[in-house]
Amino acid sequence: MQGVAGHKSRLTWAVNLTVLALVVLWLIPTAGLLVSSFRDRDQISATGWWQAPFAVEQTYRMRADAGAAVQEGGQYVIVGNVFDSDGYAGAAGRVTGFGITGRDPAGFAPGAVADLRRGGTVSVQPDGAFRVTAPEDFGRRGPNIYFQAATPPRFSLDNYARVLGADAMGQAFINTLTVTIPATVIPILIAAFAAYALAWMEFPGRGLLIAAVVGLLVVPLQLALVPLLKLHQTVGIGQSFVGIWMAHTGFGLPLAVYLLRNYMAGLPRDIIECAKVDGATDFQVFTRIVLPLSFPALASFAIFQFLWVWNDLLVAKVFLPSSDEAKVMTVKIADDLLGSRGGDWGILAAAAFTSIAVPLLVFFTLQRYLVRGLLAGSVK
Amino acid sequence: MAELKLSGIGKSFGPVEVLKDIDLHIDTGEFIVFVGPSGCGKSTLLRMIAGLERITAGTLEIDGVRMNDVPPASRGIAMVFQSYALYPHMSVRDNMAFSLKIAGKSRAEIDAAVARAAQTLQLDPYLDRLPKALSGGQRQRVAIGRAIVRDPKVYLFDEPLSNLDAALRVATRIEIAQLAEAMPDSTMIYVTHDQVEAMTLADRIVVLADKGIAQAGPPLELYEKPRSEFVARFIGSPAMNLLPGEVAETGEVTQVRMAAGGGLVAANIPTRPGDKGMAVNVGIRPEDLRPTDGAAHAFAGQVEIVEALGEVTQLHFAPHADGADPVVAKLPGIHTGLRGQTLRMAADPGRVHLFAGGVSLLYR
Ligand SMILES: Nc1ncnc2c1ncn2[C@@H]1O[C@H](COP(=O)(O)OP(=O)(O)OP(=O)(O)O)[C@@H](O)[C@H]1O
Ligand SMILES: [Mg+2]
Repeated sequence: MQGVAGHKSRLTWAVNLTVLALVVLWLIPTAGLLVSSFRDRDQISATGWWQAPFAVEQTYRMRADAGAAVQEGGQYVIVGNVFDSDGYAGAAGRVTGFGITGRDPAGFAPGAVADLRRGGTVSVQPDGAFRVTAPEDFGRRGPNIYFQAATPPRFSLDNYARVLGADAMGQAFINTLTVTIPATVIPILIAAFAAYALAWMEFPGRGLLIAAVVGLLVVPLQLALVPLLKLHQTVGIGQSFVGIWMAHTGFGLPLAVYLLRNYMAGLPRDIIECAKVDGATDFQVFTRIVLPLSFPALASFAIFQFLWVWNDLLVAKVFLPSSDEAKVMTVKIADDLLGSRGGDWGILAAAAFTSIAVPLLVFFTLQRYLVRGLLAGSVK
Repeated sequence: MAELKLSGIGKSFGPVEVLKDIDLHIDTGEFIVFVGPSGCGKSTLLRMIAGLERITAGTLEIDGVRMNDVPPASRGIAMVFQSYALYPHMSVRDNMAFSLKIAGKSRAEIDAAVARAAQTLQLDPYLDRLPKALSGGQRQRVAIGRAIVRDPKVYLFDEPLSNLDAALRVATRIEIAQLAEAMPDSTMIYVTHDQVEAMTLADRIVVLADKGIAQAGPPLELYEKPRSEFVARFIGSPAMNLLPGEVAETGEVTQVRMAAGGGLVAANIPTRPGDKGMAVNVGIRPEDLRPTDGAAHAFAGQVEIVEALGEVTQLHFAPHADGADPVVAKLPGIHTGLRGQTLRMAADPGRVHLFAGGVSLLYR
């Protein structure tokens, strides 16, 4: 008995640890994306997102302004602050080193004095104040100063503002919603009716229909893209939102019908017969008994379909016009962001996070319907 | 008013015939119990009456109206399922109100009917609970309440108590009996496996076997005058003992010579002179067997097992022949020290049944 109990608890542990590992595995990239989307573009390329709370050390280059030189006891002197220069954007940080050549940009500790090749000295204080001296006039250009500064972490909504505002991602977001919501609701509506009929109504050819649905499950949708688009063009729908709704509905229906039929067929026969004896018509049995009891299946399918349509690129590319106003987020990200701004990680992260935020929301809203024990107390 | 007439009812599932030629007339207010071995078609017959199963042969009439093709809801019946079949997402109140809402009754009417049923079944405190928050017995009462609110002409029960524990079963059985008494105009048809339920509730028991009705009659008639060996052994527990013999003397009182020895056994069953020498089975219920000192006995054997139940003591004898069922006797009171002893058992002539070819000589 002891052994059995021990075994069981070890199994429980294994299960819990596995779940934990999966959660961590899934959460890490998501968290990274989230954090990155708020960071400054330069900081993203300098350090990993897990170092986001820490100051970032980066090297900059500036040129001392020769026009600001003053004569001071036979020497020409330029004073200023490296953080005021054009090469540096953002709040003042702390200088951790400086140099006078690009090869060794942080060779001198702050406060040290570096000798210039042409004669003269450069020194930079930790607070950024620099002083350049030279025995003769600087001419047109002052010397280069390289410095390494630790800038405090910078977080902002700039990336989101740019993604949603200026880059027409807002429009793409609306478009995605416009595609996804009807493309989720329509198949559920149709499939629920079909599933009830296939599960609980006697009619000739029912078995064949079910077999056909199962058969359709394994047909790859790529097969239907071209003929379907041609059909849409023939009947005048063309590339439009109506077209993509119908396409997604069609592609989603086999799974929806199959999933819902199996679930409904598993409901206790007695409940349905009892409702029939109580005088309910098939339609009433469907709306009052079967539908409320099928919430878990409806919710699972809704999540599946929503995610799939939301993340879909292929069907959107085929069935939506390629103009800017009709682009959905996946197309937008793939075409515009990845293409033209491959290096702009801040924008990419913000765009990516915008596009996963809604599916997450949908999942967490619907998951409470994925409950077990809905039938508890009904039959023994 | 609800009179049921089943004429020549039969049922086949494809090529498999489950029931055939069922003729039964059920009067208004009768309490009918269907019993029979598992799989004999009790539920099927009940479901045919309910309209949940298509009738493949014969006609069903309720109050003189042919019901074969009438949908369940229009037959004036209510059914209580073995599994309760409560609507799990509705409160007790809504469960009971469902059929009335479907029928489009007014709010006031519905509330009154539900309140009345809840009162009868003592369900008032639970009206707003979901079925999952009820005990088994309460759930069963809700299922019955759901039937009551419809005020049907015919109540159909399919093993309604089989999921309850022993104590609750007794309590609910008594409730059903009281309910039936309170509604003298309602006809009840009740399927059960339980002998006690059948004997206590029924006005008439219908024993189903072999696709048909083996016997239908008041409980005690089935007990005292079973039509066949099958009914004789099915009604009563432990089952009736059957001992082979041969008719020795005919007349008002028949004498049977027991094949296993022991002489003549008298039975108050008339036989014709031509019956002499006929092979018969002598049927004696365990509770009718008593030890005897006399020479004439129905059975003699060694006691193998003694089951002392307090009120009775059940004796299991070694089988008198290979393959025969062991003989069982039930003696009132407590008896000790009988194990291993050889006893001679006899029975009152009025308590002896005779069967020839499986059929009682009373019903030739
Ligand atoms: N849908 C069906 N298709 C084929 N055969 C069936 C079907 N339903 C029932 N049967 C058969 O009909 C017979 C009677 O079934 P039924 O359920 O009426 O038995 P029952 O007397 O109620 O048994 P139990 O006491 O175990 O409940 C069984 O042999 C069963 O196998
Ligand atoms: Mg049954």
